[in-house]
Amino acid sequence: MSADPVGLYRTVRLIRRFEERAIDLVHAGTIVGGIHPYLGQEGIAAGVCAALRADDLVTGTHRGHGHVLAKGADPARMLAELCGRSTGLNRGRGGSMHAADLGVGVLGANAIVGAGGAILTGAVWARRRRGDDVVGASFFGDGAVNEGMLLEAFNLAALWRVPVLFVCENNGYATTMPVAGAVAGTITGRAEAFGMPATVVDGQDPETVRAATAAAVARMRAGGGPELVEARTYRFDAHHTFEHVVRLDYRPPDEVAAGRARDPVEIQGARLSTADRAAVDAEVEATLAAAVEFALASPDPDPAGALDHLYASGLVARTGGG
Amino acid sequence: MPRLSYRRALTRALADELTRDDAVFLLGEDIRVAASNVTSGLLKRFGPDRVIDTPLSEQAFTSFATGAALAGLRPVIEFQIPSLLFLVFEQIVNHAHKFPLMTGGQCAVPVTYLVPGSGSRTGWAGQHSDHPYSLFAHVGVTTVVPATVADAYGLLVSAIRCDDPVVVFAPAGALDLRADVSDLDPVPLGRGVVRRPGADVTVVAVGHLVHDALAVADELADQVSVEVFDPRTLYPLDRDGLVGSVSRTGRLVVVDDSNRSCGIAAEIIACVVERVRLAAPPRRVTRPDGAVLPFAPALDRAVQPGREQLRAAIQLTMKDG
Repeated sequence: MSADPVGLYRTVRLIRRFEERAIDLVHAGTIVGGIHPYLGQEGIAAGVCAALRADDLVTGTHRGHGHVLAKGADPARMLAELCGRSTGLNRGRGGSMHAADLGVGVLGANAIVGAGGAILTGAVWARRRRGDDVVGASFFGDGAVNEGMLLEAFNLAALWRVPVLFVCENNGYATTMPVAGAVAGTITGRAEAFGMPATVVDGQDPETVRAATAAAVARMRAGGGPELVEARTYRFDAHHTFEHVVRLDYRPPDEVAAGRARDPVEIQGARLSTADRAAVDAEVEATLAAAVEFALASPDPDPAGALDHLYASGLVARTGGG
Repeated sequence: MPRLSYRRALTRALADELTRDDAVFLLGEDIRVAASNVTSGLLKRFGPDRVIDTPLSEQAFTSFATGAALAGLRPVIEFQIPSLLFLVFEQIVNHAHKFPLMTGGQCAVPVTYLVPGSGSRTGWAGQHSDHPYSLFAHVGVTTVVPATVADAYGLLVSAIRCDDPVVVFAPAGALDLRADVSDLDPVPLGRGVVRRPGADVTVVAVGHLVHDALAVADELADQVSVEVFDPRTLYPLDRDGLVGSVSRTGRLVVVDDSNRSCGIAAEIIACVVERVRLAAPPRRVTRPDGAVLPFAPALDRAVQPGREQLRAAIQLTMKDG
């Protein structure tokens, strides 16, 4: 949430190390179901959220850890959620793909591609109707720009001038489908068709993302309508942690090497003094060591409460047995 | 006593809730001019900030409502035809319904989905004549099908006040009903009602079919004492009320204007036979498996459950034991 170089570095470094620790926990069998690593894309969440206020709203994706952390969620409770513990952000009911922290404006990671755009548009519209001058940022991948509902959401947001920044994280692949094989026209062209300003930024540079977002947020908060940012990035690792098991082969090794060469953690880290960088690294390690300890020490949820919270009205589902 | 139509009872419920709670607002297609004749007069009374016409973007505006609910409002969406629910099933079931649990109780999604004219409107054919309430009951989304004028008012009011998503199916076959009503009150969700007491057989009828069941019960009055039970809410189903009725009569016939396989009639029978030893096998009168309503009026009627089938089912059930 910080705009200073050290703050931006702290966020990308936190996300990076969070993901690496989480992958360790997947391999250890502690996190079941696996995760969709955000490695390589950290600059986008960090840059966008640095330009938002604490009360602004975001929706994330199934690759959503970075969005939730960058918006200010507690890494310890986030990790506990991934481990399915009762102390998790969602009390172990959401897991990696549904992590949500409404208290810091995160309306949820979302496992349905493109689903967050319309939800966020409604939420921001509702808050502004109440007089709050909040804006929103909805993250989605390049695959989502072919989902009809997201395009419907573009139309609603533009028509009703709802200040939502649509942030396309174009990492080149929708699971294994390359952008060139999936997207007719251009991503920014989709926004322009609805009269929305759209820009392409280097998603590997947190400062660039932050600056572009800050400019868009300033326009939106002053009464402008929605905008789109296409952040070009590269996913360093697999689509999901099971990908290595099934041995998918769809990215040329030289492309992966070139992608990994532009590392947002290094790009931002190079802007810090050695001492500052070392201090942040140590701070992040301590935070994550505490997070792992917290998550592993936390109790599993009581199976008797498996359907707790299903109904906000207090309705209780029948049991399935007997 | 003032005479009120079913359709106007819905209008009055919307107006009363818009008045009572600033968080309530309406959105939908052509609702400002009340193309369905349900939102008549509401734009003039409540203004364009509370009665909002949407573009033809069902999936987006359904999730837009979810977002507005997450931000503290209580949206009511009017769907012009029941088949649109197939289009937005994902948005209701995968998001609105799942968010409270998936977030560990961090949020509520109080959206009402109002479907006036559900089921057959003669001549509207295959893509406008479904009655998909069983789908929502299966998922566990609160699902109501008011049969009477007073219930149209009372169940819609309760749906809007409910903190969970609720789908309100107002059957096309009930929209033109009129009744003398003096007091209109909220009707609790999840509670059925015995519309006509009887001793020999319980007929469970859903929505507009309650009136057909009552007519058949009258026709058969000199042969069989028929109790008519109106569940009113299909999820959560009033199992205790249902079991209480069938325990008294010992026989069960269900009449339900949705498709047979995995339909609500099957659930009603199952939950009764789990708890009651019946004097005769239960029967259900429904649309056929996988039915698509044909266009020609005679074909449309042939697919919907009718009074003759119900009468025959009651008589067979009496003969069986």
